[in-house]
Amino acid sequence: MQYETVIGLEVHVQLDINTKAFCGCSIEFGKPANTQVCPICLGLPGVLPVLNEKFLQYAMRAALALNCTVANFLKFDRKHYYYPDLPKNYQISQYDKPLAANGHLQIKIETGQKKIRILRVHMEEDAGKLIHTKDASLVDLNRTGTPLIEIVSQPDISSAAEAYTYLTRLKSILEYLEISDCDMEKGSLRCDANISLRPQGHTTLGTKAEVKNMNSFKGVRDALNYEIIRQEKTLREGGTIIQETRLWNEEKQKTFSMRSKEEAHDYRYIPDPDLVPFVIEKEAIEKARRELPELPQAKKERLIKDYSLSDYDAGILSADKQLAIYFEDAAQNYKQPKIICNWLMSDIMSYLNTNNIPIKKLKEVLPIDKLVAMLKLIDNNTISGKIAKQVLPEMLKTGKDTSVIIKEKNLSQITDAGVIESVINEVINENEKVVEEVKSGKDKALMFLVGQVMKKTRGKANPRMVNSLIKKKLEV
Amino acid sequence: MAINKDTIKYVAKLSRIELEESTLEDFTSQIGRILTYIEKLNQLDTENTVPTSHAVELKNVFRKDENTPSLENQAALSNAPEQENGHFKVPKII
Repeated sequence: MQYETVIGLEVHVQLDINTKAFCGCSIEFGKPANTQVCPICLGLPGVLPVLNEKFLQYAMRAALALNCTVANFLKFDRKHYYYPDLPKNYQISQYDKPLAANGHLQIKIETGQKKIRILRVHMEEDAGKLIHTKDASLVDLNRTGTPLIEIVSQPDISSAAEAYTYLTRLKSILEYLEISDCDMEKGSLRCDANISLRPQGHTTLGTKAEVKNMNSFKGVRDALNYEIIRQEKTLREGGTIIQETRLWNEEKQKTFSMRSKEEAHDYRYIPDPDLVPFVIEKEAIEKARRELPELPQAKKERLIKDYSLSDYDAGILSADKQLAIYFEDAAQNYKQPKIICNWLMSDIMSYLNTNNIPIKKLKEVLPIDKLVAMLKLIDNNTISGKIAKQVLPEMLKTGKDTSVIIKEKNLSQITDAGVIESVINEVINENEKVVEEVKSGKDKALMFLVGQVMKKTRGKANPRMVNSLIKKKLEV
Repeated sequence: MAINKDTIKYVAKLSRIELEESTLEDFTSQIGRILTYIEKLNQLDTENTVPTSHAVELKNVFRKDENTPSLENQAALSNAPEQENGHFKVPKII
């Protein structure tokens, strides 16, 4: 029997605004413990939370970009549970009247496009952070009350690879919206996964496990792949899957059951009487929709149309907003977009990757005018493309101009026919046998001689001139 | 409305209240009486009444995304029975 995998993802996204969801405390990351707290987010008696208007605006932007229907009436509810990271003993969340529902996200899979439906997008507050020491748990409530949106997908994802693609796509869209820095390591994007298996072709869902504690997209993929194997093995051996929460252990590359005795949660949702309901007029929703920026898919289509890029190139450039902006800015100043694209996707990206430099820093390490100046030096034969490949990492590393580096390292292209001819003579004298082969018409032999001249000039001779001068000299 | 001892035990547990076995009977009958009293509301014909989501007739109350001062660390911790390195200190959770 073949099994198929069913995955649904719950993604929490921390919104990039100044203050908390219901009070004016800062949400800046990395501050000393319990210095960004006030009576409201500490849950002291008698306080009144008030909704941050930007929280709703940002959340609405996300919902619309994910093709959701935004509700015109929403309210906040209290979700009760006892845990020391939650000083009020309830979390303000949304239960039966979420911000938005019924959206979808398009992902690219091997066989084409796949639509992953989005069940709902709702707003809630984050909890605090716990540090566990040997004999106690220490509570930092700085993060308590931080505005989050939770994006819940339908169980439309069929593999760990698809889950990875979904997350990448989602992150790309959120970055285009400029509502979150989506940094998983900082916890501004978190993902829990529900995963179950069922016999191929069946329509009822199998018993699911909820997997938590992944702190990278790769971690999500690895955890899901592990779960698929674990669940399939259990089922094949005639066992049953227990509905439970499992934690991913990155070090051991395994998931572990979180509790041996899972209690059914009873969250006792009630409408939060401290917060009033919200009515969003149709016009406000339409206005927000009109004000959405160009999103990755639209950007990709436009890059293909405006710059004649391939589907592949446009896909990669558009996946990262900063990269797409850099490309378009450069293309304004240098009219051969394909050449810019090639440099970006090969040498520049590989330098950034090797040196762990985020794409948003690209403008700083390689200002557009410096890149354009380099490309122009290639065009006017001051340097060859090959020399440019040597110069570029130096430019990225030191911030120096191309012209400065080629001067310092004496890398200017040799276009003086006399100089080249004298090197050719040397090479001809040293390679009599090869010269005979060239004369008998062997192209490979000719390439060898060109290579020798390039070597002697340390790549500086203009290759086209070398080629034609050798041919002239040997009369072939 | 009749309520049984198990429900009272469950509610007590959810509320982190420890009840002596001897007081369970009392609470069960008292809370049962309260619920029966509230059940009177069911006699009201609400066929044409819109559900109330909030007692106050206000909507769309927002604040601007502007910082207001937070508490000093020691002020925030002033009610904590125990503290360590600026943190609230609680019994070990895991």
